[in-house]
Amino acid sequence: MTEKTPLYACHLAAHAKMVPFHGWEMPLHYGSQIDEHHAVRKHAGIFDVSHMTVLDILGPGGRAFLRKLLTSDIDKIPHMGRALYTCLCNELGGILDDLIVYQRSPDNYRLILNSATRNTDLAWIQSKAYGFSVNLHERPELAMIAIQGPEALNIALKVLSPAEADAVSTLNFFECVDVERRFFARTGYTGEDGLEIIVPKEEAKTLWDSLIEGGAKPCGLGARDTLRLEAGLMLYGQDMDTSTTPLESGLSFTIHWEPLERDFIGMGALLSQKREGVPRKMVGLVLDEGGILRAGQSVIIPGLPNGVITSGTWSPTLQKSIALARVPAATGTVASCEIRSKILPVRVVKPRFVKQGTVLI
Amino acid sequence: MSEMKYTETHEWIKLEDDIAIIGITSHAQELLGDLVFVELPKPGSRFDVGQEFGVVESVKAASDVYAPVSGTIISVNSALDDNPSLINEDPEGKGWLVKIRLENPDDVQKLLSWDSYQQTMAEEH
Repeated sequence: MTEKTPLYACHLAAHAKMVPFHGWEMPLHYGSQIDEHHAVRKHAGIFDVSHMTVLDILGPGGRAFLRKLLTSDIDKIPHMGRALYTCLCNELGGILDDLIVYQRSPDNYRLILNSATRNTDLAWIQSKAYGFSVNLHERPELAMIAIQGPEALNIALKVLSPAEADAVSTLNFFECVDVERRFFARTGYTGEDGLEIIVPKEEAKTLWDSLIEGGAKPCGLGARDTLRLEAGLMLYGQDMDTSTTPLESGLSFTIHWEPLERDFIGMGALLSQKREGVPRKMVGLVLDEGGILRAGQSVIIPGLPNGVITSGTWSPTLQKSIALARVPAATGTVASCEIRSKILPVRVVKPRFVKQGTVLI
Repeated sequence: MSEMKYTETHEWIKLEDDIAIIGITSHAQELLGDLVFVELPKPGSRFDVGQEFGVVESVKAASDVYAPVSGTIISVNSALDDNPSLINEDPEGKGWLVKIRLENPDDVQKLLSWDSYQQTMAEEH
């Protein structure tokens, strides 16, 4: 029994190829995922992300609770209307999910969690809230649309009401603002500039249609995956899971070690791992010749145990195959991959390939 | 005879005397999505019926392509090196993969007509 987002009819009307995605019927593409990818890098694309879990944490205990719950110290969020990308870990330092937390006011935090992990996340967060003065409100009545690309802000400003446009035009990266019943954040999952917009679900279709009229192209899950991989952004459940720590997933930057007394869930285990030496790390791989790197393929490193590709694809911006891989920490720049029984050399690079349309590698 | 014939593995074949032009069907390219890489054999190589002679890769998946007839490759579509999307645009025309010189004209009898091909696809679902 799959769920449908408020924009389901829009996707069908646009002849999307629909696929089941963790219990939701979602658009894979609307004709060509490569065209959609290029549209985001060169102009603007829109994504229906209403399947994601929106969890509001309200009450005076919210700050203390989140300081315990998350690897990042939300005390470090410099002001209201600001977001942080962070991890939710278990006591062993294993990652339960990655998420963005938006500080809307001192007693109002919004978490956007992955849809695949909704049930385990909510159960975990609920169980850990015991003893804190907080109310947890999931917001299933809200829809979410992302508009991403160099023209995203321009298009949004044309399409929004004067009050909304006014508020949005003041947003810097990773800032957010509420305007009446709508929430705007300058965040995204593509490596481009843009907004994630949360609205009551009755308003989703009108907003979607007006953004298309403004020049944005509907984009599906296929383009979403090639875009995020080029940007070096991890996909929970594929690049990391409970068997991996943030230190082994290129996510050390989400951990605030000081003050030690914060003692967030998993800190002890992560400190031990840091002290003993983290055995694995994330790298980027580039295949300069023909072929496609894919999740699960082995990475062969001279003198070291094999690594494994966690996510691989063909990059429309680079016009070659790229991948994220977890390899032994001592891995240098020399490696090869086993692709359908052929061994091909790959370039080992930092796990980020494109930033705002510019090729980094 | 230049009627199109098909295989259960979604190849099409067009015969001109003893030369067979081979590609993948529109149904196949639709299942695969945007094609980004094609691996084709060298001219002169020989294949038996049912033997894998190449690979077409989309962002989503890699798919082996199988020889519908036995024979020798006389030419390959080099336009696909730089432009594999020709297969999506025109799978049964400009997106052709290889041309094979037939060894055994009887191989053609085992191929499917359009109706039979449609039938096998209906049974798949």
